[in-house]
Amino acid sequence: MEEKSKRNQYWNPYLAGFVIGLMMIAAYYFSGEGLGGSGAFKSIAIAGVDAVAHDYAKDAAYFAPSVQEGSESPLNSWLIFEVLGVIAGAVISAAYFNRLSFNVGKSPKITNKTRLIAAVFGGILWGVGSQLGRGCTSGLIMSGMAVNALSGYIGLIAVFGGGYAFAYFVRKLWI
Amino acid sequence: MGPLFPQELISETINLLLAFFIGTGFGLALEGAGFTNTRKLAGVFYGYDFVVLKVFFTAALTAAIGLFLMNSYGLMDIKLTFYPQTFWIPTVVAGIIMALGFVVGGFCPGTSVCAAATGKIDGIVFVVGVLIGVLGYAFSYETIFEKLRNSGSLGQVNIAEWIGISDGLFIFIVTLVAIVAFVVVTKIQKALNDKNPVAKIEDLGL
Repeated sequence: MEEKSKRNQYWNPYLAGFVIGLMMIAAYYFSGEGLGGSGAFKSIAIAGVDAVAHDYAKDAAYFAPSVQEGSESPLNSWLIFEVLGVIAGAVISAAYFNRLSFNVGKSPKITNKTRLIAAVFGGILWGVGSQLGRGCTSGLIMSGMAVNALSGYIGLIAVFGGGYAFAYFVRKLWI
Repeated sequence: MGPLFPQELISETINLLLAFFIGTGFGLALEGAGFTNTRKLAGVFYGYDFVVLKVFFTAALTAAIGLFLMNSYGLMDIKLTFYPQTFWIPTVVAGIIMALGFVVGGFCPGTSVCAAATGKIDGIVFVVGVLIGVLGYAFSYETIFEKLRNSGSLGQVNIAEWIGISDGLFIFIVTLVAIVAFVVVTKIQKALNDKNPVAKIEDLGL
């Protein structure tokens, strides 16, 4: 019973926010960068395509800046190491709270199949959006807001405003 | 004075090591707040769980206040950091695409990485989706996205300067708005859950 109750314990949300804010300050202070999420996906995509089709990558506008001869591997980047840390932190925390287990997070009113199709579709939209918008919730919005950048606030309004506008139409996925 | 790495005050190895530890702190807080669970994330759009809004604004404002004070007291020169450029047109378009991705997929990229790493199958599938999306974007970049991505360029714009007020006053106003929002959403969440409760994560065994 004690095991089960630990599984349902979460940090106070303001404490979690405060800690993420401190990490953001550290990121800017030490490295001159904000926290990111989607940047690591970009590096992995570039490294993967470069590995199998270098001749294509070195001439294609999206890949070329990162894959020229003599340039460092896109995997040797700040955002890749940061995301490796995110993975380590999440696994340590989930292990501590007994939350390391395979399952599907979803509303009880939909099937696993529906949830997984929606998840892959949502992921694809984020993949495109984060590249077009120069970042995701972390890299565009939160890191932008941390330094009062206009781009962060435009992203905030578009993502959260858009989210509320679309929420009604996909409510059956959640409630 | 910060930022240290851009001024070559720390080595690249130390910089990457710090990236790992900073990421670890970020990951601990994301998992600890419950962000590997898509139900907690989607709750913000349906009013049954506003934890996203509380964590998100507390984080953004802690960072904004901290960096503002460090900049004011000469501990840090924000101009030497990677300061985001504003391209308003692609940011609006991309924001709307990501908004749809949020309510359909129930994660954003950072939270999906945490979910996938801790065994959430919907998180793993979402991560695969993000990679497909990035690759699809990359392969069609020149034909579809390049012009759009570089449109609406305004350069490095500080929103406080853009409105015509000081950084400190702007952060103060946003902080007030956030505190009011925290109080209001807590009431909304309670009212909605009293009236029409959704299945709790605890009851679903997630």
